[in-house]
Amino acid sequence: MFKNRLFFIFLLLLPIIGRAELTVEVVGGAAQQIPIAIVPFAAPNGNPAIQQDNITNVIGADLRMSGLFRVLETRGVATQPHMISEVKYNDWTAIQAQALTIGTVEALPGNRLKVSFRLLDVLKQNQLLAMEFNITQAQQRATAHRIADMIYEKLTGEKGVFATRITYVNKENGRYSLQVADADGFNAQTVVSSKEPLISPSWSPDGTKLAYVSFEKKKPIIFVQSLVSGQRIVLANFKGNNSAPAWSPDGTKLAIVLTYSANSQIYVINADGTGLQQVSFSNGIDTEPEWSPDGSSIYFTSNRGGGPQIYRMPASGGDAKRITFEGSYNVSPHVSTDGKLLTFIKQTPAGFKVAVQDLATGQVQTLSDTSQDESPSFAPNGRMILYATSVGGKGSLAAVSVDGRVKQRLKDSGGDVREPSWGSVMN
Amino acid sequence: MKKSLLMSVLLAATLAACSNNAVKDKPAAPVVDSNASTQAQSNAASSANDGASTAGANQDGASGNPLKDPNNILSKRSIYFDFDKDQVKAEYRPLVEAHAKYLVANPNAKVVLQGNADNRGSREYNLSLGQRRSVAVKKAVNLLGAQDKQIETVSYGEEKAGDCKDEACYQKDRRVDIVYDND
Repeated sequence: MFKNRLFFIFLLLLPIIGRAELTVEVVGGAAQQIPIAIVPFAAPNGNPAIQQDNITNVIGADLRMSGLFRVLETRGVATQPHMISEVKYNDWTAIQAQALTIGTVEALPGNRLKVSFRLLDVLKQNQLLAMEFNITQAQQRATAHRIADMIYEKLTGEKGVFATRITYVNKENGRYSLQVADADGFNAQTVVSSKEPLISPSWSPDGTKLAYVSFEKKKPIIFVQSLVSGQRIVLANFKGNNSAPAWSPDGTKLAIVLTYSANSQIYVINADGTGLQQVSFSNGIDTEPEWSPDGSSIYFTSNRGGGPQIYRMPASGGDAKRITFEGSYNVSPHVSTDGKLLTFIKQTPAGFKVAVQDLATGQVQTLSDTSQDESPSFAPNGRMILYATSVGGKGSLAAVSVDGRVKQRLKDSGGDVREPSWGSVMN
Repeated sequence: MKKSLLMSVLLAATLAACSNNAVKDKPAAPVVDSNASTQAQSNAASSANDGASTAGANQDGASGNPLKDPNNILSKRSIYFDFDKDQVKAEYRPLVEAHAKYLVANPNAKVVLQGNADNRGSREYNLSLGQRRSVAVKKAVNLLGAQDKQIETVSYGEEKAGDCKDEACYQKDRRVDIVYDND
């Protein structure tokens, strides 16, 4: 039921170095937000461990951040139920809640906690969800994200992404650090740091490894690092540039870009660094490979036709088909998990913006209201796109929903933040 | 002809003087798989040297070394490019020719051609573009007789680019720097 073991091994092994944390600010929201009331969970008095990491607040912040929920003020409501027998539905219809969440946190022996929650339909006056978690104190935030995901899925019909992780590069005081954080920006951990640039982190499909490009040897080299043990291997260090790693969906191979001192071309290599094979052959730049979710094709950026555009070719190589046609500069492709949408960066008269293209119809929509956008990646549920941009001359992260309605800014306390990538579920 | 040469030298000098992003890195070191900077030790060894220093083409003035003589075209080390382009423009031909001649006359001299891009668009695409730019300069120098073993190319993409918001600033970052082994 609660499969967080791997993630917590990871947390224990990574020393906390970078304490800079991202905070999420929501701009705009869905046209119709679901009004939900979350009654603060009953918790034993005088337990500082529970007060510090308030589960109710995290659930509310997650749902609010999605832009799909209106989290109602519950303080003035006459009843504050924690058990189903205490619920007076009229109190909640009075504040126009459609859904109600109640729950309790109880201390168990051995510094463990029991978290129980219920999701209720206020209009139909019935129970939609009920669940209990037996957790350590350190698992409170993760449990709150799980609960938020369950509520989100029950009420919207889509998978939630609150219990997922993101990676990004933070540049601060002349040092680059590759970070991994929860999707809400908390629990930021440094994976690797260097005084030379780090770019292009790519999650392994199971979320246990990152491939990335480091300039620590004064030229771009690709490393693969385990997030569980911290150990890393050199995946590719050939003559010239080694860059743009992308994992195949089955995690056995990576598409990479090598120059051998001349033109960037795409190669496929086994995850252990063996079996190098060239798959693109052109006289121009071929870079930024990205696998289709079924592993059969590779999307990539190429300037073979003049300016950079996005193409698709069979994963084993072969004829490339041009995919983007609007505008003279389209780069950084990323495909949604269902394979239906392509996001990329499009140069427009108003700057470089996140765009999304329906791969069936070819229809393109520019989504962002920022103008120096880079590195877009879909959330695992395909609803939001995380990207890097510049705000006030400083690199920062932002996210936009695929319909362009919900916009989030992820604010960092200190550094210059770039190169984000949204990872898979924490389990 | 003479006037245009003077103009291009002046332009190059102006651009070099404006640039505070030119780098003087050593050629790529041989690579050793090392865990030196994985998370366990990442606090350690935070060297102050971040590899960046000002261009300073006019500061040295070491007599006898044409590479350092501000009155010699060889002291001009940067070739600038148009947006998303890797063609070496005609105005930089005298500069490229001078360095090629120097390499031919000094067969032990070695250079690293460091390609750069401005900070717009994709970091990976810009890394490839910087590489194309450094290779374009290498081909020009090769054609004029310099040997392959004297020339190494490297790209920093947009990683050394300034925090630019306008064309006057962007254009300084779209360049190849010629860095000699003993610089």
